[in-house]
Amino acid sequence: MNAIGANSLRTGPDDEGRFGMFGGRYVAETLMPLILDLDRAYREARSDPAFEAELTDLGEHFIGRPSPLYFAERLTEHLGAAKVYFKREELNHTGSHKLNNCVGQILLARRMGKTRIIAETGAGQHGVATATVCARFGLPCTIFMGATDVKRQWQNVLRMKMLGAEVRPVTSGAGTLKDAMNEALRDWVTNVETTYYLIGTAAGPHPYPEMVRDFQKVIGEEIRVQHLEAEGTLPAALFACVGGGSNAIGTFHSFLDDPEVALYGAEAGGHGVDIENGHAASMTGGIPGVLHGNRTYLLQNADGQILEGHSISAGLDYPGVGPEHAFLHKIGRVNYVPVTDNEALAAFQLCTRLEGIIPALETAHALHIVTQVVPKLPKEKSVVLCLSGRGDKDVEQVGRIMGLID
Amino acid sequence: MTTRIPARFVACAAENRPALVTFVMAGDPDPVTSAAILAALPAAGADVIELGMPFSDPMADGPGIQLAGQRALAHGQTLHKTVDMVSAFRQTDKTTPIVLMGYYNPIYVYGVSAFLSDIKAAGVDGLIVVDLPPEEDAELCLPTLEAGLNFIRLTTPTTDDRRLPAVLKHTSGFVYYVSMTGITGAEIKSHAAVGEAVKRIKTHTSLPVAVGFGIKAADDVALIGRDSDGVVVGTALCNAVATSLKDGKATATTVSAVTDLVKSLASGARRARQRA
Repeated sequence: MNAIGANSLRTGPDDEGRFGMFGGRYVAETLMPLILDLDRAYREARSDPAFEAELTDLGEHFIGRPSPLYFAERLTEHLGAAKVYFKREELNHTGSHKLNNCVGQILLARRMGKTRIIAETGAGQHGVATATVCARFGLPCTIFMGATDVKRQWQNVLRMKMLGAEVRPVTSGAGTLKDAMNEALRDWVTNVETTYYLIGTAAGPHPYPEMVRDFQKVIGEEIRVQHLEAEGTLPAALFACVGGGSNAIGTFHSFLDDPEVALYGAEAGGHGVDIENGHAASMTGGIPGVLHGNRTYLLQNADGQILEGHSISAGLDYPGVGPEHAFLHKIGRVNYVPVTDNEALAAFQLCTRLEGIIPALETAHALHIVTQVVPKLPKEKSVVLCLSGRGDKDVEQVGRIMGLID
Repeated sequence: MTTRIPARFVACAAENRPALVTFVMAGDPDPVTSAAILAALPAAGADVIELGMPFSDPMADGPGIQLAGQRALAHGQTLHKTVDMVSAFRQTDKTTPIVLMGYYNPIYVYGVSAFLSDIKAAGVDGLIVVDLPPEEDAELCLPTLEAGLNFIRLTTPTTDDRRLPAVLKHTSGFVYYVSMTGITGAEIKSHAAVGEAVKRIKTHTSLPVAVGFGIKAADDVALIGRDSDGVVVGTALCNAVATSLKDGKATATTVSAVTDLVKSLASGARRARQRA
């Protein structure tokens, strides 16, 4: 494994939870003592071999790690240039990378003696993963989900309910991920003694961005080993979609100090980044601000009011982004590129027809950038896309758009 | 340092009663009616005014205050307009303390130093910013104190004795004790526990302690005001605005709906310690 040097980009955050100017702990006083407890409990857990052993065991037998690195032969032929590999996170139990984080945090919640779990969800992937670990460990759980998302992701709502979770539709705001997070925070502040808030993305108050990244960075660590085995080199580029950014930071983190590896993050360009409130590309179209416990790039108006944003993909429909991505954007280490709804839809169909893999609409955003970048790379190079989730949840929505159903 | 807040708490203590602290949302339900409500509060019995700065994502507030903020934003309220409202109020009222309360992002986007110089010129006395704990003091708390304004900190049932000194360290004006773990407008479970908590905080500070969250009517004010130096009412006043509206618009009774409730709350403050 590569060593961390003095100028490493992998040392963040600092003790105050900062990645450069981003991150921090902007929470109400009621939550602050708990945030400090959580930080202590997390450090203790990480230095406990028993915790690591349980995490590894569940990773192997419950999640199904390591996930395969798959050579996408027909897509490669289609693009006619560098080789394209998929990191198959959609083959994890529950169908996305989300379970990596949920398994880690549920073990932590148990160590802290918490008896109830809450979570927010957008597309429902994190809600399903949370409901899954709560069923596995016998803890009651409540999932907050925007009312708009409850409608467009009803299959995931059914899965959560079958797993025993209570799903609470949130009607405030536009009824999407941001509003679900507000409502989860209100529940947490009310039930702070008993309740563990299992945040699904690498955002929120410190230590969440660090903790979620640490539970997701297994993706990049495996890519490094698997790609070296397959090609004898590091990949020329890595691609991942970015909503809050947990699969992307998990994919990128191990490679931050390898300048020869180009990193691309796909933001939700919606109807186009020139259209106000028509996209959810917070780094391309936002400015720094403070929301949900951290300083980061936010879609907002001149008065500091947060915009709702728009994306075809419920999992990317969030006006902010994790603070480590904000930092990596500011220093230019990662290229964050907006991808429109239509571009994502085209990539969704391309992957489905060429590879027999139906990707999540979120992932399809990153695949679009692959189709733009790879034709410019020589044949002897190879790249990796984090195939973060499967698209079963999206087939009804896409089918409607394609005119396959009424 | 502005002196309106300590002067007002001293005056209330001299009358052997808690200060009545009233929260209204700037710009709710519309700018003109909101200015009229603000102007009418002191005569109705408000000792200290908390003026809410509306925010799109009020994570610590229940539906009453959330909706008040949404009404204000829908009518074009901005932080600049809120500051202007205070300037206008100060033309006629030089003594009632005004505290701006809200969330950090609009202030951050306004620019901290511009904001502090503008609110000082407007006649604001202090700030309560929900999402800035002591860990983030360098952001706004310390610059506010340097500007000669009060920074009022929230303490909560989860703030234990170990943490309390750090929370109180840069607090000035008064201490705001949040009566419960919860959001604004919820129910207080134990009034006795609130009284105990206020006594505990008072062993750590000589500042006045005001209690807020879950206080809705004159009887609550009388009960909570027996042990505390101030009692904060917010959601009930926002709800009074809401119920006075017709088709979402202000009516002839909107201002009086608020002032009638404030008069009633003030009577609760006056009788809080009569039987003691």
